[in-house]
Amino acid sequence: MNGFISKQSKQKFRYLWVAFLLFMLIVRGAAAASFAEKVSQVQPKIVKLYGAGGLKGLEAYQTGILISASGHVLTAWSYVLDTEGIRATLHDGRSYEAEVVGVDPWLEIAVLKISANDLSYFALEHAVRGQVGERVLAFSNLFGVATGPEPVSVQRGVISAVTNLTARRGIFQTEYDGPVYVLDALTNNPGAAGGGLTDIDGALLGLLGNELKNRQDNTWLNFALPVEAIRESVEAIIAGKPQLPPSDKSLRVRQPVNLEQLGLSLVPDVVDATPPFVDAVAGGSPAAAAGFKPDDLVLFVGDVLVQSITSLQRECGRVESGGTLRVLVRRGEGLEKLELETRNPASQIGVSEEAAR
Amino acid sequence: MVFQTAFQSTRALLYAYVFHLSIVSMPGFAAEVPAAVLKSQSDRIEAVRKASASTLAVFGPEGGGGGSGVVISPDGYALTNFHVSQPLGNALKCGMNDGVLYDAVIVGIDPTGDVALIKLFGRDDFPVAELGDSDQVRAGDWALVIGNPFLLATDFKPTVSFGLISGVHRYQYPAGTLLEYADCLQTDAAINPGNSGGPLFDVTGALIGINGRGSFEKRGRVNVGVGYAISINQIKNFLSYLHSGRIADHATLGALVSSDEDGRAVVSDILETSDAYRRGLRIDDEVVRFAGRPVRSVNSFKNILGTLPRLWQVPLEYRRDGETKTIRVRLAGVHGAGELAERMSENSSKKDREHPRVDSKSKVKMPEIVKSHFEAKDGYVNYYFNRIEQDRIAQAFAPCREGLVENGDWQFKGEFVTKDVRGPFRVDLGAKIGLANLPSYQGRADFRSSLFEFIDPPGSGGLLVALHLWQRLLQRGIAGFGGLEYIGRVPAIETGSERDLLRGFYGGVEVRFLFNPSGGHLEGMEMFVDEYADPCEVRFDDYRHVAGQFLPHKWVVRHGGQEYGTFEVLNITTSKAVQP
Repeated sequence: MNGFISKQSKQKFRYLWVAFLLFMLIVRGAAAASFAEKVSQVQPKIVKLYGAGGLKGLEAYQTGILISASGHVLTAWSYVLDTEGIRATLHDGRSYEAEVVGVDPWLEIAVLKISANDLSYFALEHAVRGQVGERVLAFSNLFGVATGPEPVSVQRGVISAVTNLTARRGIFQTEYDGPVYVLDALTNNPGAAGGGLTDIDGALLGLLGNELKNRQDNTWLNFALPVEAIRESVEAIIAGKPQLPPSDKSLRVRQPVNLEQLGLSLVPDVVDATPPFVDAVAGGSPAAAAGFKPDDLVLFVGDVLVQSITSLQRECGRVESGGTLRVLVRRGEGLEKLELETRNPASQIGVSEEAAR
Repeated sequence: MVFQTAFQSTRALLYAYVFHLSIVSMPGFAAEVPAAVLKSQSDRIEAVRKASASTLAVFGPEGGGGGSGVVISPDGYALTNFHVSQPLGNALKCGMNDGVLYDAVIVGIDPTGDVALIKLFGRDDFPVAELGDSDQVRAGDWALVIGNPFLLATDFKPTVSFGLISGVHRYQYPAGTLLEYADCLQTDAAINPGNSGGPLFDVTGALIGINGRGSFEKRGRVNVGVGYAISINQIKNFLSYLHSGRIADHATLGALVSSDEDGRAVVSDILETSDAYRRGLRIDDEVVRFAGRPVRSVNSFKNILGTLPRLWQVPLEYRRDGETKTIRVRLAGVHGAGELAERMSENSSKKDREHPRVDSKSKVKMPEIVKSHFEAKDGYVNYYFNRIEQDRIAQAFAPCREGLVENGDWQFKGEFVTKDVRGPFRVDLGAKIGLANLPSYQGRADFRSSLFEFIDPPGSGGLLVALHLWQRLLQRGIAGFGGLEYIGRVPAIETGSERDLLRGFYGGVEVRFLFNPSGGHLEGMEMFVDEYADPCEVRFDDYRHVAGQFLPHKWVVRHGGQEYGTFEVLNITTSKAVQP
């Protein structure tokens, strides 16, 4: 080996040596990596919002992100904004009164404005798109931990899924059914709504959504709205354009399935757990079209076992009108799979709902 | 190019290069995973290994209840939460990563800060957590939580969770109980029931906090990504207080600080009996700095105050009419005398859902080793450890008392120096009478009557009585003085160096003796004739060995925030007294 190193090749080795040093520096830097620097760069773009609430379970605070140097604040639309004199407090303690510029009730977002200039902000047009498995940082004033000049809390996690939020009445009650980042971290706590989701370099990915609880199993969904899903609407609000509902949601009427209206009458609910027997089927009704017959016993709605009229009605109450409802009934000794079109003649939502699925 | 000196020959360079290549080209290894990631992972594994070794699973005497803890000294002193130790009683069982269950005894508690110090038995080489510096921790740093969540560690091998520091210098209001979390660290690493009392480490495995609390509210009592740890720097302030076997109390300024309309932290109310008031602090003064840290809001003021033990003296800077002034203030206790002890006994009988339920009236007999390290005494958690500290100080102090006999009369001559005057002085200290002869004062004090009646010489706060108590301490020793208890270590305001504080009451006055922790000699004393009055403070300096006696030849006397004068001792005569 010794002979290999000639005087001429020493020069070469000097380059290699420099490369090696650089490599070691990179290794060291990465190994000791802390997000502290990135975190401190993002903090000036997050605001603490204080508004209506204060009753038990309804916190009077949430979070927002600055999206312009002149004080536009993007946040989640919630009861906190239902008041005059919303306060927005910056990371350094400067506090301003915020006015609501506009809201998008379909996306459940709102844009506020404070009178300040030269602020640090997230440029929505520079927002990035998140991938499943990507590491993220969530910035929010969850539980109102930070006050005054204190910076908000930061959490870390991973995008578990990029998917559409499937709202179900009584389970995930929300107007929004667009794409979301589902997170593995416990980001969506009281006060976190409107916080910022960034990648590990501090680039904006999305906006932490309102608290969303699965009322069936009491779990909470940790999610964020991707910037790309809301950017157009935010820009329209800032530009003062009239709020147009999304094209597929014209005349959208939120209505649970009502069996009676679909032509299906059940036997009178007289005891504690009256079995859900069909009493009568109106001619020409969706129920008749689905093939329901008197004396059918409803066993399943979708994948859910119903054992009484009460539980059948509760289950139907969770399903939006406007789709096909799979129902399993016992007829005589056999089982029948029926498909009930729950389209409500008074609305047009069925079309879009079906198209979406 | 400093590096080049480390590799002096090209051969070394080549080896380094080849080594580098071999890392990068190892099959199925670096091909997919960057070396930096692997390095980071192996560092983390090493940190977890190191940190797990000192982590404890804490149980009651019968193995019930439980939480976590961490060992901080090789002889077995360990930290946990007060709310973990409290329901478990005085004798504890602690399991470690080596699978061994050790007996432990309660040493001291800080109920307000939610910290308890315990001592394990059975080894003198316990694995120890390295104490970090929590003031250097920043939001975004990685953190390790190690402990016994859901009491999973039945084989005592702790559970590890990993996360970010979500915030620093957090203030959490007292939650229905005494527990106040000031200046704490917030993390999203999972903290669940049973993690209480366990360690929060930084990514290198240095101890930065003790986990103890979470924000739960409507989410149920499981991790919701928001956990709080008491900062290790706060615990460092209290550690000597915890070693005293007492119920440590936090400090109060005696003044209420609130936000004004501009968000400044201003004094909105102040007790006229407080030291801060006597030093000149008034309503509407803006607090700018406190205990060496800037005050930016009411929360930051509370954060600073919440980390300080009572009886500390700290600087406070305030602004009035555009002018700033720095004063040094003595901090009183948040709770009155005996109040904490009283609340402790109330608490233990009251059901509190924050605390794991265990029958504290254990039927199990206290193990012998615990029994021999436990002394019940009113007002103490475990008097045994206060006695240990007194003995330690007495032992170090003993050489300073050599050649001094009981009831001897002492005479000091020298120069008394103030800003304006310099002149000769003479002080005579007998068992019954003290005489002082200063340029501007001649007088006496009768030590046979109530001592608080003599505050002579005027402006000194009672120097003659203070010197009488000093003489008594030197002649009789710490045990012989009677009624002294160890409080803890307090920083000297001039130098910041720590001094051991012994406090006692004698003849109706309160006296505090401040010992040098390494040398063992008395550095200073304070004598209070009244709880709400300024003390006579004496700083003893210029110790010299003269005629087999080790005595200070310079006494600096202060009272009421002012220097009274300095005694430069030139001549000391000590005689054996005539028996009374």
